[in-house]
Amino acid sequence: MSVAELRAPEHEAPLAEAIVSIEQVSRRYGDGDTAVDALRGVSLEIERGKLTAVMGPSGSGKSTLMHILAGLDRPTAGRVVLDGVDVTGLSEKKMTLLRREKIGFVFQFFNLLPMLTAEENVLLPLSIAGRKPDEQWLEELLLTVGIADRRKHRPSELSGGQQQRVAIARALVSNPAVLFADEPTGNLDSATSKDVLHVLRNAVDDLGQTTVMVTHDAGAASMADRILFIADGRIVKDLRESTAREVIAAMQEVTGR
Amino acid sequence: MKRVALKGIFGRKLRTALTAFAVVLGVAMVTGSLVLTDTMSKAFDSIFESSYQETDVVVSGRSLVDWSDEGNALVPDSLLRQVRALPDVEAAAGSILDLNSSANQAHLIDRDGEIVMGNGNPTFGLGVDPSEPRFNPLELSAGRFAQAPGEVVVDASSARTLGFSIGDGVKIAVGGPIKTFELVGIAKYGDVDTIGSATMAIFHVDEAQRLLEKPGYDVISVAGREGVSDDELLRSIAPLLPANAQVRTAAEQADADKKGVSEFISFIRYALLGFGGIALFVGAFVIFNTLSITVAQRTRELATLRTLGATPAQVLRSVVLEAFAVGLVASLAGIAAGVGLAVGLTELMAAAGLDLPRASTVFQTRTWVAGLALGTLVTLAASVAPALRATRVNAIAAVREGAVAPRGRLARSAFPISVALVVVSAATLGYGLFASDVGVATRILALVVGLLTLFVGVAMVATRLVTPLAHVLGWPGAKLGGAAGQLARGNAVRMPGRTAATAAALMIGLALVTFVTAVGNGLRQSERDAIVRQIDADYVVVSQNGWSTLPAVVGETAAEVDGVEVASSIRRERGRVLGDGVDVSGIDPATLGEVFHVEWSEGSPAALRSLGPSDAIVRKSFADEYGFATGGEFLVRTPTGLMLNLRITGVYDPPRFDSLLGSVLVSRATFDRSFSRPGDSLTLIWSGQPLSTFEDALAAYPDARVVDDETFVDDRAAEIDGILNLLYALLALSVIVSLFGMVNTLVLAVFERTREIGMLRAVGLTRRQTRRMVRHESIVTALIGAALGVPLGLLLATAVTRALAEYDLSLSIPVGALAVFALVAVLAGLAAALLPARRASRLDVLEALQYE
Ligand SMILES: Nc1ncnc2c1ncn2[C@@H]1O[C@H](COP(=O)(O)OP(=O)(O)OP(=O)(O)O)[C@@H](O)[C@H]1O
Ligand SMILES: [Mg+2]
Repeated sequence: MSVAELRAPEHEAPLAEAIVSIEQVSRRYGDGDTAVDALRGVSLEIERGKLTAVMGPSGSGKSTLMHILAGLDRPTAGRVVLDGVDVTGLSEKKMTLLRREKIGFVFQFFNLLPMLTAEENVLLPLSIAGRKPDEQWLEELLLTVGIADRRKHRPSELSGGQQQRVAIARALVSNPAVLFADEPTGNLDSATSKDVLHVLRNAVDDLGQTTVMVTHDAGAASMADRILFIADGRIVKDLRESTAREVIAAMQEVTGR
Repeated sequence: MKRVALKGIFGRKLRTALTAFAVVLGVAMVTGSLVLTDTMSKAFDSIFESSYQETDVVVSGRSLVDWSDEGNALVPDSLLRQVRALPDVEAAAGSILDLNSSANQAHLIDRDGEIVMGNGNPTFGLGVDPSEPRFNPLELSAGRFAQAPGEVVVDASSARTLGFSIGDGVKIAVGGPIKTFELVGIAKYGDVDTIGSATMAIFHVDEAQRLLEKPGYDVISVAGREGVSDDELLRSIAPLLPANAQVRTAAEQADADKKGVSEFISFIRYALLGFGGIALFVGAFVIFNTLSITVAQRTRELATLRTLGATPAQVLRSVVLEAFAVGLVASLAGIAAGVGLAVGLTELMAAAGLDLPRASTVFQTRTWVAGLALGTLVTLAASVAPALRATRVNAIAAVREGAVAPRGRLARSAFPISVALVVVSAATLGYGLFASDVGVATRILALVVGLLTLFVGVAMVATRLVTPLAHVLGWPGAKLGGAAGQLARGNAVRMPGRTAATAAALMIGLALVTFVTAVGNGLRQSERDAIVRQIDADYVVVSQNGWSTLPAVVGETAAEVDGVEVASSIRRERGRVLGDGVDVSGIDPATLGEVFHVEWSEGSPAALRSLGPSDAIVRKSFADEYGFATGGEFLVRTPTGLMLNLRITGVYDPPRFDSLLGSVLVSRATFDRSFSRPGDSLTLIWSGQPLSTFEDALAAYPDARVVDDETFVDDRAAEIDGILNLLYALLALSVIVSLFGMVNTLVLAVFERTREIGMLRAVGLTRRQTRRMVRHESIVTALIGAALGVPLGLLLATAVTRALAEYDLSLSIPVGALAVFALVAVLAGLAAALLPARRASRLDVLEALQYE
């Protein structure tokens, strides 16, 4: 049985359909003279079943965009619709429950709980939600990310790449509608980075997992189906599948302006 | 580096404040105790000095028997005339004014006919000579002094609270039944309304002598003529003195008068200091733990300093300097709090009617020196281990995520060391408890040192016990609390050393509370057993406070009630045998055996029935101590100086715990002949009449109380509860200090796990779940404290009970109380988690995720 067959039917919708959409989203930090506009009227649709990369210079608003897409942060203006739910007016508690249901996260720092084993870390979102894990799904997941043989180890006994794989499995375990990864390889060497990126790519290809990834690495971005370039809080370029060379060129164009 | 250390303090305000608070409380307790007792002491000084303000020398009776109900020997009336006749003497007056004696008793009756008890404070009946106002320490605030029989003056405080005004008829029980006196004046003692919350009924000295059955004066105050020195006056009076009187200067007399009070105050002082010391000791745990955690959290920062060229010595200095600064500031705050505490307590006592003379607060140099030194030293001592650990942080840690300082050689052998500590402390405790032939000081030293090392040792061993304990104690939380509960259990065992030290602080308080409860429970049980074994009567007549004697007439009145089958009064007074004070009981040979179980060691009930005028039955422990046996003879000296020659006709062996009879039993006839004012400690009655019959019969004697045998047993046992409650209140302080430690550890843990909490929140942990997670961790820690402390307390109680086995002390485990302590621990955990849980749940998810 392939992993894809284990997925819930709701994720087998046709490609190119928006799973998250934002309209005219702005995000301002602080007020008065010191106010910073991290996002300035961004509209965007994230397509189902695709790997979308977000690139841009430091401080351009990548993380801010992702936090808003993921319902971790609220826009100062604009509308966010996540898998059919308008999150703009949701309470803190409803947002938490929505994240629990629909969102998976992978961070730059792996943020694993040191006292739990790899497997327990993976199961954490389910246990927080009070849900029972599906044994078969867990097996497939651990195999997919490649830590099946390390499941009883604690984070301190795992390498960085292995820890990030655990983090990815943790993000996937609850079948999220979208997986967000903010510089998932920012803390890894290039060889390990490649492994981790393959894991993410496989999740998109085999599991149909919609994924949004922020990265500084052109090589990483070239593995995406779509690459968004952001500068000064605006989307300035929207590329489809590109080579690393094209990405670097686009990057220079964006920063050169 | 100095700047770095001090900046660190400001950068971590909350935890520094919490750490400091642990020291503040202990120091406050220590300085507060000193200030309070110094102030009390000065207040009493001024009272006793005001007794002899314009007096040059004082003639007083000697104290022939300590703690006697009769007080000191009296100065005969005739001596006053002789002293007045001396050429050196300008004036002299006799008075009944011994504030240390329980013989000068007069009970005021309030408007509802109830006896005024003044919550256990003295109820003085005094006598002054109004014709010699210069010797009179009392100052009228209204009216005049009593001149004639039937007149009385009361203290201003009682007059105010009882609503008496001049011209009123005031009911007073003095010496016998209630009589009504005319209130002719209201007076203050020196410059206070009354001493403490004592009540004072002040009569003319002649009337006081009659009412109190005192054929003489307590003191004669003498003023010399112009130009006569105190020494000359002393020399001229000395030849007139009978054997049981003495003459002293006014200052010496005041010193002697306050000796009893001084001893009492210094007892209070040491007791309070002891509890302050415990609080400081617990505070040391808190400081040690907080600093350890802070050092661990600052590993990165310290390592960065090392990469910038800081030497290990500089790192050490920066940690110690931080501790020093915290200790110093906390001690200063503690001293201020201590003074506030003492002032507050004095005000509180005044509000409760315990008005001490308004001596201004005494703040001696040694008070602040002790507070400052103790607080700072304790903090410094607690910082040594964390500071040493900080020096082992090396530069590489700056670049490694999650690096920790390597464990030192000492830390690696912590377990064997801790086991050794426990063994050594147990041995020291054992020596202190069980060794025979050691001095009291050595014994106390062994017990204190043993106990402190035991706590430290157990705290260290606890590092190993935390994981299994958390597993068991966290089980209900993990079951009920879902993911939050499971995470909490995991968090509790992440840093077993930390959890152990946090729990250990609570353990100390709980161990001591458990110990006090278990021993108290044992004492109560032993007391009950002892009383039940002795008394065999329907009713018992005792005084309201349970320990002072009642005039003989009370027992006689009770015996005359219709329907009394047997009534047997037991007199009590102190006597002196071979220089030591002993209790002497006067019993009725014919009836005692019917209402009282006498357990015989030598002799028989026959010896009791045939007890002759110069026969005595003695207690076995007394006989053993002096080597007496049946047939032997010995001398008893009475408080008035009489010598009794007694022959032993039997030896009885009462329960060692609480014997209701004295060491020497004589017949009531002999007793009444030998002691000037015989009083009864108990009257035991067999009768089918209801209790109310006796209450009615004794209505004229408000100090008398009739109870059935069960109530009597309950009341005696309940006296122990009062002491227990006081100890609980004092031990609560150390539990509170340990609470600060728990708050501290949790705050630091939340702080340390900021990013992790952010992640948990990001993946769907709700705020409520976050709070629950912190709360459960806190409860698990508190329960570990209870799981260590309660058994330790029971163990100590068992050891002490064994050591005191010869006093019939039994051990009974207070199961209900132990359940209460577990509950207290849970509540403590909840309370400690309030603030940290809120902080954790309020963390901004995004900021938390980016937190480094
Ligand atoms: N909490 C905040 N308060 C104020 N300004 C903020 C805050 N968070 C971000 N900013 C500002 O918003 C802008 C966008 O920040 P953002 O973190 O989204 O950048 P980024 O593209 O992720 O950068 P990087 O590549 O360095 O991670 C920056 O100018 C940043 O300084
Ligand atoms: Mg970023």
